[in-house]
Amino acid sequence: MPKATNADEPDAPDGVQIDLISGERMDGMATMEKIRMILDGVHEGNIVILEEGLTPDEESRLIEVTMSEISPNEFNGIEIETYPRSDTRDSSLLGRIMGSNESTAKLTVIGPANQIETLHKDETLISALVSRD
Amino acid sequence: MGLFTELKDSISRVTERLFSEQEPKRIGIYGPPNAGKTTLANRIARDWTGDAVGTESHIPHETRRARRKEGVEIERNGKTVTIDIVDTPGVTTKVDYEEFTDEMEEDDAIRRSREATEGVAEAMHWLREDVDGVIYVLDSAEDPITQVNTMLIGIIESRDLPVLIFANKIDLDESSVKRIEDAFPQHKTVPLSAKEGENMDEVYESIAEYFG
Repeated sequence: MPKATNADEPDAPDGVQIDLISGERMDGMATMEKIRMILDGVHEGNIVILEEGLTPDEESRLIEVTMSEISPNEFNGIEIETYPRSDTRDSSLLGRIMGSNESTAKLTVIGPANQIETLHKDETLISALVSRD
Repeated sequence: MGLFTELKDSISRVTERLFSEQEPKRIGIYGPPNAGKTTLANRIARDWTGDAVGTESHIPHETRRARRKEGVEIERNGKTVTIDIVDTPGVTTKVDYEEFTDEMEEDDAIRRSREATEGVAEAMHWLREDVDGVIYVLDSAEDPITQVNTMLIGIIESRDLPVLIFANKIDLDESSVKRIEDAFPQHKTVPLSAKEGENMDEVYESIAEYFG
């Protein structure tokens, strides 16, 4: 994964890095590999977008590992938003394009809790405000 | 496998089942911070054993360790269920110590946030390994459709655990039980006020019915 921008470095580009991670890339990973990849990205200040989301068990472990890494003045957790799963989900346009019938086929946005604020969320749209600090 | 070994295994399985049915069910009380989980746990424990489970407070993360009250025997309409109540810290994906600095010194706030994070991690572990059913407590005056609630209910469903949703704080003017019923229509929702003791008869009937 490319390195995130760092505002403290004089030549660092001014912006927030967004990692869009395909379902294909996640398919070959073990649960802890996925969680490590997500949290490493978030620790660097990146916004991580998962094309296919996580299973409930992976979500549970993500919360558990996130808690173990929270540290005062350094990292205060994650903000996470996912399209709610529904029975009609598999017949959606994205589902048909992706050819996926997996119940985990859901878009998930994860970012540092102190940088991402959800403005709006429904079954088809997640609107988020991302700040540099 | 020999006949004797098969017979031995079969007897062992039946014995295990008989004993497991006699053991109290471990019922985890889960939900977001400040939904009233400890107030409910105390209400149930006091009503049936005379003792409380833990300290209640308006400050988030007052409960920072899962606490268990064992052998709470609840009887309703001829049904009796014995449960171990496990009161868990409010589940969240973020804990910022600065949220507590209005109420306490910085050192205490940092210690509180560290204990809270350990408690949430422990609660997630319990959910995967150690509970037989879940009472999910929501503040009926708040919007129930949050990412944490949706994730937690999904995790509980994926483990096939029986779950009752308790719409707490119906004594508040802003309370809307329908909002919770509409958010999670696949589960039974029971309205109550743990603080005022409202509708506790239905609470106990539902616990006896679902977990008995």
